[in-house]
Amino acid sequence: MILPQDYTLVYDGTFDGFLTCVFHVYDLKLKQVHIQRKSHAQESLFGTSEEVLTDLEKSDRVWKGIKKKTTAKGRSKLYYAFLSEQKQVENLLLRYIQYALNSTMLIDADFANQDVLKVTQVAKSVGREKHRMEAFVRFRLTKDGLYFANIEPDFDVLPLISAHFKRRYADQKWVIYDLKRNYGLYYDLEKVDIINLSLPDDFDATKTTSEFFATEELEFQTLWQDYFESTNIPSRKNMKLHIQHVPKRYWKYLSEKLR
Amino acid sequence: MSFERTQEKLKILADAAKYDVSCASSGSKRSNTSKGLGDATGMGICHSYTEDGRCVSLLKILLTNYCIFDCAYCVTRKSNDIKRAAFQVQEVVDLTINFYRRNYIEGLFLSSGIFKSADYTMERLVAVAKKLRLEENFNGYIHLKSIPGASDELMKEAGLYADRLSVNIEIPTKEGLKLLAPEKNREDFIKPMKKVKNEIILYNSEKKLIKSTPKFAPAGQSTQMIIGAIGESDQQIMWTSNYFYKKFNLKRVYYSGYIPISYDTRLPQIGTAVPMLRENRLYQTDWLMRFYGFEVHEILNNDHQNLDLEVDPKLGWALRNLEQFPVDVNKADKRMLARVPGLGMKSVYKILQARRFRNLNWEHLQKMGVALNRAKYFLICQSRDFERRDLTGPQLKSLILQNSTSKYQKILSPQLSLFE
Ligand code: SF4
Repeated sequence: MILPQDYTLVYDGTFDGFLTCVFHVYDLKLKQVHIQRKSHAQESLFGTSEEVLTDLEKSDRVWKGIKKKTTAKGRSKLYYAFLSEQKQVENLLLRYIQYALNSTMLIDADFANQDVLKVTQVAKSVGREKHRMEAFVRFRLTKDGLYFANIEPDFDVLPLISAHFKRRYADQKWVIYDLKRNYGLYYDLEKVDIINLSLPDDFDATKTTSEFFATEELEFQTLWQDYFESTNIPSRKNMKLHIQHVPKRYWKYLSEKLR
Repeated sequence: MSFERTQEKLKILADAAKYDVSCASSGSKRSNTSKGLGDATGMGICHSYTEDGRCVSLLKILLTNYCIFDCAYCVTRKSNDIKRAAFQVQEVVDLTINFYRRNYIEGLFLSSGIFKSADYTMERLVAVAKKLRLEENFNGYIHLKSIPGASDELMKEAGLYADRLSVNIEIPTKEGLKLLAPEKNREDFIKPMKKVKNEIILYNSEKKLIKSTPKFAPAGQSTQMIIGAIGESDQQIMWTSNYFYKKFNLKRVYYSGYIPISYDTRLPQIGTAVPMLRENRLYQTDWLMRFYGFEVHEILNNDHQNLDLEVDPKLGWALRNLEQFPVDVNKADKRMLARVPGLGMKSVYKILQARRFRNLNWEHLQKMGVALNRAKYFLICQSRDFERRDLTGPQLKSLILQNSTSKYQKILSPQLSLFE
């Protein structure tokens, strides 16, 4: 709940934007403060609301300050948790940062502290989603010789998986596209760029049509589906365990599940 | 590659390979340096899971299911009336590369029936790996089966291209092997294993001198044993396992509950349930030996030849050694914390870190995600509230079983986190 004496900072949704807000909190010695991304921002009758413009110099200064008071693991937790895009995660991260900056000890492993624990837990779910996407991306070869994959991750994990795919698929052009957030990564054999696609209206991400995809693409999908079936041992069937590992919401883009 | 022919072969040769439960694709150190395809650093990824909940990370196939041997426990045995097929080297290469490029797999696990001779077969397996590495510039994971009886030269070459090599012991006792696979003897399994072990040691010592020494089977060796085919005890299985871990520096031993595949009277009949719970308990014991600092004889010995299926082996051990408890969360060393029933290594590390900041109580532990339903009987912490009754092992066991039935029916997972 936002109270009359509260201060709300609204930013553009980037990590640097968030860090710029943290800069403001310290600079203006704000006490009761809420940080909200623009897309989540709610009009409030009370309090003061201010839009903060992302300033790389300021965010950099904050990050340097955080660096002195956290471990590398702690910093990666902060970034991972940020990418969860969860409501009010900014306020949680702010409290974590304040706790870290005020302490003489490195607090990243103080799991009995509520905020540290919460950040650790949120970061862990984001990490799990990162691993899932590294596993569940299914490239399909397009007519232009590009390996194309579409995903809809629970969290904004594209920035986290980029390095892995670049390292692994260094000799093929690929795109991984987040349909939920409408942006993607494009690797052109040299570097990874962020792209926005305007997909055709009739584009159905679950279908492999000959309009977009190479002729051999369907054959390899079929071989993969066959393989998936043959490698199963019916007398050990355990669907509960199966679904625990591959939750149903991911099935629609997994070629082995499309049969 | 003709699609229909490959499709037919793939069905047969994937089906025949599925009884090998090894799925690991981790532990290697092959990185993609020359802008080639793939890398096998880090943890290894499960790209999917079968409906029986096993990890799918490798294209696991046989090169062929023609075999000159007649091992009773194996579907591929000579006397079995099944469809036979054989891949060409290039077909396996194409399948691997195309699956890999689509992010279906971490790499290839290639095994084979033995056709003509051990060396003839091993040569073909090596040819696939060599082609993948040298012609396709492939840096993904390759696991090759060492064919029992293969020559030292071939094993040496195999190690240059493969990340992992394995020979399956399959039958945990010598007598059992004699009964079910009379044409085979243990020496044939052990010979390639020994060669690979020695080469790895040699490689590691040379690497210290010369940086550019080529990699040799960087993910080491593994093996598999079939469980419940010949009435062996858990003690026999785990002592054999322990022997192979120590003697051949194995990275993993896999335990595979026997799946009835024939009417052979020497074996459990078709329709007999796969001993999955037992398999799970064996994996837990394996974990205790490798990560929790237990010696095999603490868990299985002449007085306790079989694991209690009702409780996990750590709890079983604790119930027999109640004098070592309770353990103080805020003081105990890592070794002892690791021995508390219900505490996984992750929880142990969390406790070790968190207690530097303050003395921990039940609430802290609970919030940190430490599972207390079993552990609470074996712990004390910053609280006056703890189990004070002087319960005997059997009393405590029934109390725990009563209070945790729902949790206890946890879904069995053979290869993943077993304690948390
Ligand atoms: S040699 Fe191997 S493939 Fe052939 S029957 Fe024996 S276990 Fe099966």
